Amino acid sequence: MNFDLTPEQQQLADSVSKYLANEYSFEKRKAIVHSDSGVSETVWQTFADMGLTAMTLSEADDGFGGGAMDLMAVMESMGEALVVEPFLENVALAGRLVSRMGSVTQRAALLPGLIDGSARLAFASLEPGRRYALAPQATLAKAGPGGWVLNGHKCMVTGAASAHKLIVSALTPVGVSLFIVDAHAAGVTLNPSRTVDGFRVADVTLTHVTVGADALLGEDGAAMPFIEEAADFATALLCAEAIGAMKSANDATLEYMKQRKQFGVPIASFQVLQHRMVEMYISTEQARSMAILVASKVDGTTDAKERARAVSAAKIKIADAARQVSQESVQLHGGMGMTEELKVSHTFRRLTMIAQQWGDADHHLERYAALT
Amino acid sequence: MELNYSSEEQGFRSEVREWIAGNLPHDIREKVQNYRGLSKEDYLRWHKILAVKGWSVPHWPQEWGGTGWNITQRYIYDEEFALAGAPGLPPFGPAMCASVLLKFGTPAQKDQFLPRIREGDDFWVQGYSEPGAGSDLAALKMRADRVGDHYVINGQKIWTTLGHYGDWIFCLVRTDSQAEKRQEGISFILMDMKTPGITVRPLILMDGGHEVNEIFFDNVKVPAQNLVFEENKGWTVAKYLLGHERMGSGSVGGSRRELAALRALAGRELKNGKPLLEDVRFKDKLSRVEIELDALEITSMRFLDQMRRTGQPPGADVSMLKIRGTEVQQMITELAMQAAGPNAQPFKAVDNGSIDHFTSRLAPRYFNFRKASIYAGSNEIQRNIIAKMTLGL
Repeated sequence: MNFDLTPEQQQLADSVSKYLANEYSFEKRKAIVHSDSGVSETVWQTFADMGLTAMTLSEADDGFGGGAMDLMAVMESMGEALVVEPFLENVALAGRLVSRMGSVTQRAALLPGLIDGSARLAFASLEPGRRYALAPQATLAKAGPGGWVLNGHKCMVTGAASAHKLIVSALTPVGVSLFIVDAHAAGVTLNPSRTVDGFRVADVTLTHVTVGADALLGEDGAAMPFIEEAADFATALLCAEAIGAMKSANDATLEYMKQRKQFGVPIASFQVLQHRMVEMYISTEQARSMAILVASKVDGTTDAKERARAVSAAKIKIADAARQVSQESVQLHGGMGMTEELKVSHTFRRLTMIAQQWGDADHHLERYAALT
Repeated sequence: MELNYSSEEQGFRSEVREWIAGNLPHDIREKVQNYRGLSKEDYLRWHKILAVKGWSVPHWPQEWGGTGWNITQRYIYDEEFALAGAPGLPPFGPAMCASVLLKFGTPAQKDQFLPRIREGDDFWVQGYSEPGAGSDLAALKMRADRVGDHYVINGQKIWTTLGHYGDWIFCLVRTDSQAEKRQEGISFILMDMKTPGITVRPLILMDGGHEVNEIFFDNVKVPAQNLVFEENKGWTVAKYLLGHERMGSGSVGGSRRELAALRALAGRELKNGKPLLEDVRFKDKLSRVEIELDALEITSMRFLDQMRRTGQPPGADVSMLKIRGTEVQQMITELAMQAAGPNAQPFKAVDNGSIDHFTSRLAPRYFNFRKASIYAGSNEIQRNIIAKMTLGL
């Protein structure tokens, strides 16, 4: 038993953390969030140059064949900096699905661009009125001349507008399948918006979108286990990201408590506030333990049930802790915590959304209990 | 990172598990599993079985009978005990008094006390708290006045766990009431409880059990050689003890066993004809406790790993194990009481068999475990420690 990062993991974590500290300051992030595209090409290219986009892709695809453990510390740094580039959506979801399901030709067409930073993907999965359900219902794919015709509606597709290709889940007569769809294909309409935590999402409407037979990823009707695996993998990494955001909220709050004076003394001297700060700290450490555990489980198990249970357990703990830490950090900052100008209000928003992303605590409690 | 135990460690775990299975007396296991209190004879009998095996004081230096196990092996050992429903040895002698003697005792004191503690010849108890000195321990008043080659002790201790079993007691006493700082007038002293002038009075708790006591000291003559370390330096001793052996305060193994018992109970109890375990509201609470315990287990392992890497005892942070560990214990006892439903009401098993002994203890156990967040440094004191030492508040 040991909790040491390998020298390689440590080195990567250090360089990402250093890069973000220098080049992803709160001010620089703000500029990215309010830019037209909402993502920085320079930052994305740097991630690719650092090998982050290749980290979890298989060696056969010129990736590094790494797992969640290899990205855990990186995700924590991204969480701390509140990175808004859709890293997980590219690497842990869309890229992973292509890598695991795609034919040699499909992988050769999409993954080199993902690895070198020149191309981006998005995963169009969620549907209106279906909350966190991963199985599509309203997006249908029917056999058409020379391939497939897709019709339907996807929502909250993170990074859709900056993506070159969409990986779309749809129901065929056989079952749940995935399709590679050009983001600019005829019949694809994007309705983009900015999220409360600074990301770019889009509703995607598919109207008689025709794709070739080579757009089908993997076997017809066999996509569901892969989708669940990718969503679990992404959720495990999201938990690590949450730890970074919680750490950021805690650090900021602690600093503020020591500076801020009321009644002639720093508010840090008030025991009622000290104990709340301690609770934030303990909950973050408990959440960190679950983030470590889930990274180890998604890497170490081939049993889908065991994996899903570990992911749900971690997500429940992370959701609870994210809520507590984010709410308390705003409360202990007082009015200043409410303002746009302090980072803590942005961390609050990110943690609030992380708590719900890919399933809130209630969603995962239901899944966890069903698997126990 | 490698979260799994090595094959050597797993082998060690099996060895401990098998040995307990073959050597823990059935009547003692039954008492633990059914929440019956253990008698003094039970504790000492189990202690002697362990002593014969050479496992009664694993953490001691080998020259005094320790096993030479590393920190991970000791953790596994404790965890296996808890999982099996084997009673842990009360910490007062082997863990607490002995640690103090090993660090501060004279050669004569070590020779006099350590072998008997190791062999389970005496039952030791701890005399710290007083009516006016709880969390504020330094406010203690019990006096020890030096008269010739003796100290004369007068005063009172309270909350003395298993004090009615005690053969010996270690106490913090005031030897200088004029000291500028209260902490500087305190001494650490050992007393034979058969000494005239010591009276033990039970304090019955709301669970109906006799676990803690008040102890009165009326002109008790204690030989001066029973003073440990220097006169007026008892606070140094107490602080040393406070930082010692707190790894187990998460009680992960014990809570795992209790959680399994709770799950079994909720599987037997019916609500609308279906097991309570399938009730959504109940299930959510159970899941959250289980997940908190999963996290606590990993957090404990992270502390172990830190100790392995640094060779140092854990810092103030380890207080979080006590806080979350006792919260988990309390949540489990509360859910178990809830699971029993209306049957939680009787204080004792009902003769016609409708309420068995186990069920009748569920509410009292819930009552009893309110103590967990109060004892061994209340959870508020633990938060003070983290606030001050870790967060610099």
